[in-house]
Amino acid sequence: MYETTYHRPSSVDEAVALFGKGKEAKFLAGGQTLLPVMKQRLAAPSDVIDVARIKELIGIEPTGDGIMIKAATTHYDVATSGTVQKAIPALAYLASLIGDPAVRYRGTIGGSLANNDPAADYPAAVLALGATVKTNKRSISADDFFKGLFSTALDDGEIITAVSFPVQAKAGYSKFNNPASRFALTGVFVARTPAGDVRVAATGASQNGVMRVPVIEAALKANWSAGALDSIKVSDSGMLADIHGSAAYRANLVKVMAQRAVTAAG
Amino acid sequence: MGVEGIGASVVRKEDRRFITGKGRYVDDIKIVGLTHAHFIRSPHAHAKVKSIDISAAKDMPGVVGVLTGQQIVDDKVGNLICGWAITSKDGTGMKMGAWPAMAPETVRFVGQAVAVVIAETKNQAKDAAEAVVVNYEELPAAADIRAAIKQGAPQLHPEAPGNVIYDWTIGEEAATEAAFKAAANVVSLDITNNRLVPNAMEPRAAIGEYNEAEEHFTLYTTSQNPHVARLVLSAFYNIAPEHKLRVVAPDVGGGFGSKIFIYPEEMVALWASKKVGRPVKWTGDRTEAFLTDAHGRDHLTNAELALDANNKITGLRVKTYANLGAYMSLFSSSVPTYLYATLLSGQYNIPNIFAEVISVYTNTTPVDAYRGAGRPEASFVVERLLETAARQLKVDPAELRRKNFITQFPHQTPVIMAYDVGDFGASLDSAMKAIDYAGFPARKAKAKSEGKLRGIGLSCYIEACGIAPSKAVGSLGAGVGLWESAEVRVNPVGTIEVLTGSHSHGQGHETTFCQLIAERLGVPISQVQIVHGDTDKVQFGMGTYGSRSAAVGLTAILKAMEKVEAKAKKIAAHALEASESDIVIENGEFKVTGTDKSIALPMVALAAYTAHNLPDGMEPGLKEGAFYDPTNFTFPAGAYICELEVDAATGKTSFVNFVAADDFGRLINPMIVEGQVHGGLAQGIGQALLEGAAYDSSGQLLTASFMDYAMPRADDLPSFKLNHTTTLCPGNPLGVKGCGEAGAIGASAAVINAITDAIGNNKIEMPATPDRVWHAIHG
Repeated sequence: MYETTYHRPSSVDEAVALFGKGKEAKFLAGGQTLLPVMKQRLAAPSDVIDVARIKELIGIEPTGDGIMIKAATTHYDVATSGTVQKAIPALAYLASLIGDPAVRYRGTIGGSLANNDPAADYPAAVLALGATVKTNKRSISADDFFKGLFSTALDDGEIITAVSFPVQAKAGYSKFNNPASRFALTGVFVARTPAGDVRVAATGASQNGVMRVPVIEAALKANWSAGALDSIKVSDSGMLADIHGSAAYRANLVKVMAQRAVTAAG
Repeated sequence: MGVEGIGASVVRKEDRRFITGKGRYVDDIKIVGLTHAHFIRSPHAHAKVKSIDISAAKDMPGVVGVLTGQQIVDDKVGNLICGWAITSKDGTGMKMGAWPAMAPETVRFVGQAVAVVIAETKNQAKDAAEAVVVNYEELPAAADIRAAIKQGAPQLHPEAPGNVIYDWTIGEEAATEAAFKAAANVVSLDITNNRLVPNAMEPRAAIGEYNEAEEHFTLYTTSQNPHVARLVLSAFYNIAPEHKLRVVAPDVGGGFGSKIFIYPEEMVALWASKKVGRPVKWTGDRTEAFLTDAHGRDHLTNAELALDANNKITGLRVKTYANLGAYMSLFSSSVPTYLYATLLSGQYNIPNIFAEVISVYTNTTPVDAYRGAGRPEASFVVERLLETAARQLKVDPAELRRKNFITQFPHQTPVIMAYDVGDFGASLDSAMKAIDYAGFPARKAKAKSEGKLRGIGLSCYIEACGIAPSKAVGSLGAGVGLWESAEVRVNPVGTIEVLTGSHSHGQGHETTFCQLIAERLGVPISQVQIVHGDTDKVQFGMGTYGSRSAAVGLTAILKAMEKVEAKAKKIAAHALEASESDIVIENGEFKVTGTDKSIALPMVALAAYTAHNLPDGMEPGLKEGAFYDPTNFTFPAGAYICELEVDAATGKTSFVNFVAADDFGRLINPMIVEGQVHGGLAQGIGQALLEGAAYDSSGQLLTASFMDYAMPRADDLPSFKLNHTTTLCPGNPLGVKGCGEAGAIGASAAVINAITDAIGNNKIEMPATPDRVWHAIHG
């Protein structure tokens, strides 16, 4: 690891100010990606600003139509939150599948979303549930937030403060693990809104990161059942292909995981 | 057997320090003035080193020295050796290219070191390493066997035209040919045995320390055989003469074969400690482990089985290409030859066998022995062939095996091995009963009705452990003897130290070896200390690999014990004024049989050292040594059966049951044996389902971290059901065979046989990932 200066601000404003002063500052929001990369000397931030200890960024609150998870809330806290389990059990379940216990105790929802790893779990939930990402500057809808591999709508120095999830009529997640890393080889989150619209998001599958799957959404809107997907085919165009899975295999997994997510959603 | 004697599941003495974090590994060792080394490694699979500019690096903060490959060559440090000479079928010797510890001119795999920076701290060494400018001229690379043997392939070493190291054969070609001509049925199979990365929990590490006043070197290293390291470092690498070099292998966190070999980093640490005049430590990180620890397996094989009209096997013909990587590691030549082809008879009576093995260079990490070393590859070939034959002939795979089992012992195979004893039918019966083999068709049908693909797979393995005798292995090309030494010291107060040339790096010798002493003398194991891993303490030894420590190392201790007991009995008889032949040893006492007269061991020991009243002519002291050279290998064998289900929609495999029935001869500590089998099975199943080192066509390792190299986790594995059947090994007085590698040898074929049974497609390569299984089902 290269030398860096570690900061532990006590407010979002202080964090933003510190970021502005640093030459090449980075926010640390759990560090489950940033620290390994720094240890390998693949990242050399001048300043590391630890936002995971800012009290105003930690916690889960019910809102009028759903729940708000503050950005520095750990995966463990989401997975075990009674509020989340009651409102959106699929989201608590998703959090329980991230990494291993050590990762879940440190990693945060804001950190995961800001990083937007193409095989991370949270982006699928945020996109399928139609969540809103709140930052220190604005609110960004899920459809506008994800911009491809490791890329988001966040400006330089912009901090995610919370994510608002509306409660949908149905929601389910199904994940197929990468055998080595246990990131999602493919994970699919399905949701049906009270109005009957369907949103389906797949992570781990596409070369462009998390994506909606219109062909599945249409089929499920017509008939919310796993069987409704039996005859559809997901195109392998644009799918990731590596030693863990071909594009055709991932396209298949998108469909199969969607079916299982629908079954889990009930 | 007593509560702590042979056969007792005694809790491991060493575990207290290991699980409380008090083990002492190489990286834990601190020496005054210690410096830290960081290697500069090639990012290319094949390149010329045009220049190395160290001018900026050498003056960076904390830098003690920057040393290059040219300097190690200039200092006449020897090239790395391969310790087993293999002769090709045309009578020529193996074609070995030079492997300097750091490359002065040409790099041949990604990760090969070209220079080293030594600094006050590891971080300073890394900083300075970034300032070293290495100018490479990239060359075309041959990243796998097929690329290396095709016409016009890039040449790795001028010594090895066509990248072929040797083309070696074993068995009778003409007779085997005739058997195939006369065969009623022939079964043919193409097999890939996937390349594995050993991944011991503790990465390799070394500390070199030079004492200028005494011109004496010490090397602390993660070694399975410190004496062999000392021998090689002094006899071949010219770093220090043997009497001026101490090698210490303290606690070592796993080896699986990968820590047998003497690696460039150890040579450099030792050599550099004199160059810079400071002790030099190198501790590898996980990436370096992936790139530079000797890998395992990596064969391409075509195998054919000939059977007569009664389904009796009449012949086996095998052609294997073995990938040895970019250089010949210490025992690499022997693994795909004498440790592989000699086991191709499996558990079966096969009158004619002919095998050809062509070992090739590729621009990849060197390949050498890894848990099982050749025997897993052989067992996989034989057991995949047997399963395929049963399907082709539409007979029960268990019955086909049983029909061809060797039942008379000793049995001479056509490929050198003379099996001493075994009962293969008993192991198979035991495994079939444990898994309810007869009930499988009903279970398969039920699973099918629930939409699941269920399969069952057998694997009846045999292996050869405790490689020996020295005279025989010498005649086959080995550069070392394969005996073991031991010394038993009874201290004046009756406590006992056992010095052994075996080396424990997870096997539990500190417990099992004590159990032998407890068995013989009736003393508690707390009174016994095992001393190993230090060439200053133990005179010589061959180390631990190939499941040899019980069969060879423990027998050496027994031989030394017998001498100690004989002398102690003389002393006791003298003290008790009885006849030596009337003395028996019980519960730590020497008794005159049939009387109540006795003398306790501490008093005998004290008498030996005070020497006030010893029999006339007897030397004082109570310490004896022995060298033991076995007369034959031992032949552990067994039957594994795997039952699993495949999810057709995802290709994911789930275990239903996995049973093992092993014959290891006498068990010293059944709990430790069970642990060894569990670990071996995990690695065998890992090879079958998860693990596989993958290179791209340019020679970059795609699986260079745990993000891409799938190590088995506990939840990838079933809860194993272990059984034992026992035939005592006649070749050693304890009747032991060895248990360290069996699981890794037998498990892979059972898993693949079960998957192919489940999906109805015999063509699948390891690791059988969900992706591959799904494609095998759906095309």
